[in-house]
Amino acid sequence: MSDFNIHYVARLARVALTPEEEQRLGGQLGNILGYIEKLRTVDVSGVEPMSHAFPLANVSRPDEPRSSLSHDDALRNAPSRSGGLFVVPKIVE
Amino acid sequence: MLHRLTISELAGRLASGHVSATDALEACLAQVDRVDGDVRAFLSIDRDDARAQARAADAELAAGGGGGMRPLLGVPIALKDVLCHRGQPVGCASKILEGYVSPYDATAVARLKAAGAVLFGRLNMDEFAMGSSTENSAYWTTLNPWDTSRIPGGSSGGCAAAVAANEAFASIGSDTGGSIRQPAALCGCVGLKPTYGRVSRYGLVAFASSLDQIGPFTKSVGDAALLMEALSGHDPLDSTSLNEPVPRYRDALGATSLKGVRLGVVKEFQLGGMDTEVDAAFRAAMRQLEALGAEVREVSLPHSDHAAATYYIIAPAEASANLARFDGVRYGRRVEGPDAFELNSRTRGSGFGPEVKRRVILGTYVLSSGYYDAYYLRAQKVRALIRRDFEHAFAHVDAIVTPTTPTPAFKVGEKASDPLQMYLSDIFTISCNLAGICGMSLPCGFTRQPRLPIGLQLLGRPLGEADLLRIAHAYEQSTPWHREVAPLG
Repeated sequence: MSDFNIHYVARLARVALTPEEEQRLGGQLGNILGYIEKLRTVDVSGVEPMSHAFPLANVSRPDEPRSSLSHDDALRNAPSRSGGLFVVPKIVE
Repeated sequence: MLHRLTISELAGRLASGHVSATDALEACLAQVDRVDGDVRAFLSIDRDDARAQARAADAELAAGGGGGMRPLLGVPIALKDVLCHRGQPVGCASKILEGYVSPYDATAVARLKAAGAVLFGRLNMDEFAMGSSTENSAYWTTLNPWDTSRIPGGSSGGCAAAVAANEAFASIGSDTGGSIRQPAALCGCVGLKPTYGRVSRYGLVAFASSLDQIGPFTKSVGDAALLMEALSGHDPLDSTSLNEPVPRYRDALGATSLKGVRLGVVKEFQLGGMDTEVDAAFRAAMRQLEALGAEVREVSLPHSDHAAATYYIIAPAEASANLARFDGVRYGRRVEGPDAFELNSRTRGSGFGPEVKRRVILGTYVLSSGYYDAYYLRAQKVRALIRRDFEHAFAHVDAIVTPTTPTPAFKVGEKASDPLQMYLSDIFTISCNLAGICGMSLPCGFTRQPRLPIGLQLLGRPLGEADLLRIAHAYEQSTPWHREVAPLG
């Protein structure tokens, strides 16, 4: 996989890597991609892709009000919160 | 030797009042104190909480409760660290979830509570269920109770080791590509991966949503049937859960003859690469099944050679999407950064271990623009062919029988440096998840030196769990393997 750019894909995945990690993971992923390349030899013409074992469609339940997670429970594991909200860095200038 | 009983045996003693739920729990905790320093199956145990549950069960037992709707009343069962149990930590053996406390119960946990179980402990696993040995746990490697220089399998290695070491009467794990069946085989217990949709995944931390299922680890086939009755059923909180009636699985256990049962042996799985002792145990098991009356035929799964490659596209792709939620904002670890991008990336770079990073990056790549069709879409098509292979096979047989793993438990460190070799240790278990069918592993023998368990895998039609339990129970009752106790058990 000559065009697999570990630095670029790790950025897409939002995973900061050290240069050593980039080198090691890049090599390992190259091997793994080489292995999964063999799927190119399978004849899939006319085959519909399968996303789930049982293609359930339009699954819904009655639209009835019911209790859900309390505000406190929803926030209790947040690393940073204030005034009943999650705190994030400034996104819009 | 209370801790060595099966659930069925324990339930009888609880009902008759010869043993209390507190006795049963204390027997487990004492066994943990005796052996878990060597096995390291448990990440943590909230003993006060477990003792309070046992006391409540004892009060109910004293008032004549149990049986009927509460078949697990007072039975101590341990949980893989991937299932939400309200008020208890759940961390997926990852640093990114260190300190996280579940605000709610998984449906599987709620069902076990409703059946009366005493739920205790967080069992070790490969981080986010990605691995085959527990060596990817961010905390430590669990060791095999049969030989502590070896891995217990994974990802639910803690579940299998705890049951094999008699630290719990049963445990509940999850299986995305073999994570119940492979460790059950390597530790010598019974493990069942239900049909996709049979057990609700609400409250199971998601790895690969089109493949994940929750299932039990037990000491006997009968106990697996009992737990399947408790765990199975429709749940409006999981839109992939099947709205199908739950049979009384224990009714499948009566048969001693397998006359009329057609079993398939997979042509493509007999092409070398298998450990000779595993192969010999498998062949002996097939002869035993024939002796019980089953008819054995060869079946073909022509695309099985492509299952691992298909799996290592689909599972990482889904994982990359599911693990996007670990962003340093809503829960878990946070590493600050000057902007949202840096906060997300640093948090994930610091919180995820190497295997999780590999898979999230691999999954991101196969879904990325320009590569989606070549990898992900093609894998979904090969997946359809793999499922079709099973449909064709099940037109001729009631179940397919394979070894669960090509080798017995390997040494700690043996495959840790080569992820691809580790992936290929799941070669017999992966296609079951891709096809969405059910599968189980049960003990079928031991290697000689060292003495290590060997597992037999049964694969069944969608919702064919009762067929598997019937075959497995007849085999178990006619063989001695399930009565063997690990040196640390």
